[in-house]
Amino acid sequence: MRKLFAGLAGLALIAAAAAWVLSAPRPLDETIISDLTGDAEAGRVIFLASGCSSCHRGGARDSDPLVLAGGRSFESDFGTFRAPNISPDPDHGIGTWTQSEFINAVMRGISPDGAHYYPAFPYTSYIRARPQDIADLYAYIMTLPADATPSEPHDLGFPFNIRRTVGLWKTLFLTDDWTVTGTLTEEEERGRYLAEALSHCAECHTPRNALGALDRDQWNMGAPNPSGRGRIPAIAGPDFNWSAFDVSAYLSSGLTPEFDVVGGSMADVVNNLRQLDKSENDAIAAYITRANE
Amino acid sequence: MTLKTFFGTCALGLTLALPALAETDPAVAQRKGQFQLYLHNFGVMGAMVQGRMDYDAALAQTAADNLFHITRHDQSRLWPEGTDSASIEGTRANPAIWDNLDDFVSKFVDLQNAAENLQSQAGNGLDALQPAFGATAGTCQACHEAYRDEAS
Repeated sequence: MRKLFAGLAGLALIAAAAAWVLSAPRPLDETIISDLTGDAEAGRVIFLASGCSSCHRGGARDSDPLVLAGGRSFESDFGTFRAPNISPDPDHGIGTWTQSEFINAVMRGISPDGAHYYPAFPYTSYIRARPQDIADLYAYIMTLPADATPSEPHDLGFPFNIRRTVGLWKTLFLTDDWTVTGTLTEEEERGRYLAEALSHCAECHTPRNALGALDRDQWNMGAPNPSGRGRIPAIAGPDFNWSAFDVSAYLSSGLTPEFDVVGGSMADVVNNLRQLDKSENDAIAAYITRANE
Repeated sequence: MTLKTFFGTCALGLTLALPALAETDPAVAQRKGQFQLYLHNFGVMGAMVQGRMDYDAALAQTAADNLFHITRHDQSRLWPEGTDSASIEGTRANPAIWDNLDDFVSKFVDLQNAAENLQSQAGNGLDALQPAFGATAGTCQACHEAYRDEAS
């Protein structure tokens, strides 16, 4: 009996050790990212394409998209996430972060003190970004106004309130693979980069499994709205039949082919993307329609 | 337009709505019809702005005239209490409308003003139509951002 108990305790110890190892943060190779030099002007395009301000602007409906004060709430099955202050404020924002810390936060979901971020922050998409683009983004965000609003804590249930569990989640689900593969034109490839790495369309338009990971077999085919009534519409699959012209026009005007006008959380996306060169929205449209062939 | 005229019969609407909560208030279908008529006219100008059809001054002017008049339709019986998406099925009207009536009405007045300007520009060529159309779409978006649920 004592032997059995010792054996079980040993197994539990091994399992705990394995879980600890599997849940450890795995940052990017420092030699790749520390020497990059960011260009703020190029970073503005990354900022708009990536939709940072859609979540990180202040909580008021008409808050300035360039003041990344945080405070917006996002309901989910796991609890309520609250976007933090990522303005360059040294005390309440990210003003003291190094470029490497920023890139690891955005592309690996790891905080400067080594904790995991929850995948409500779409590093699950940004992992596919080019480190140079994120260095540019860092340079741009550091030019934006500082704001001293304190970040608010998330409100999550057990066991999701233990950040280390996110490490196991990452081991299971975090991947830098593209979902749409095959031979792509140059424009489709740019569109895939924008859509799958930066603009993170799939994070809302794709349904999730019980653990909150994207169901990549139903890529962009529409999903329940996690934070309110109604559904996030399909932008792929049998229920979606827009042309590339329709998609590009929508992203740069907010007008559907029926001339309904965008609302809800997509309005923030359009407010960002309409500031990009038309060729960028054409590229996303080429990708979206190519993915649907 | 004041809040009082917009919701002049709000109290009446409330008393009428209460017994009808079990079934959808007919006002919901009527106000949806109003938005369909916006689209019916807005879309003609949108198609011209996006180059989906050639600019036609007479057609654009007629559509803008219609939109002007439809946005003057009295709203007082279209938004009774209890016809929000938390209370009934079949509407995307967020309850926040009734929590922020002043703001909702002011956004409607923005639409009215934009439609008036659009009416004055729509027949003056595509270059005149485009910005006036864009400004009108912006007033639609401002309200949809704040007060319309995702479609189900």
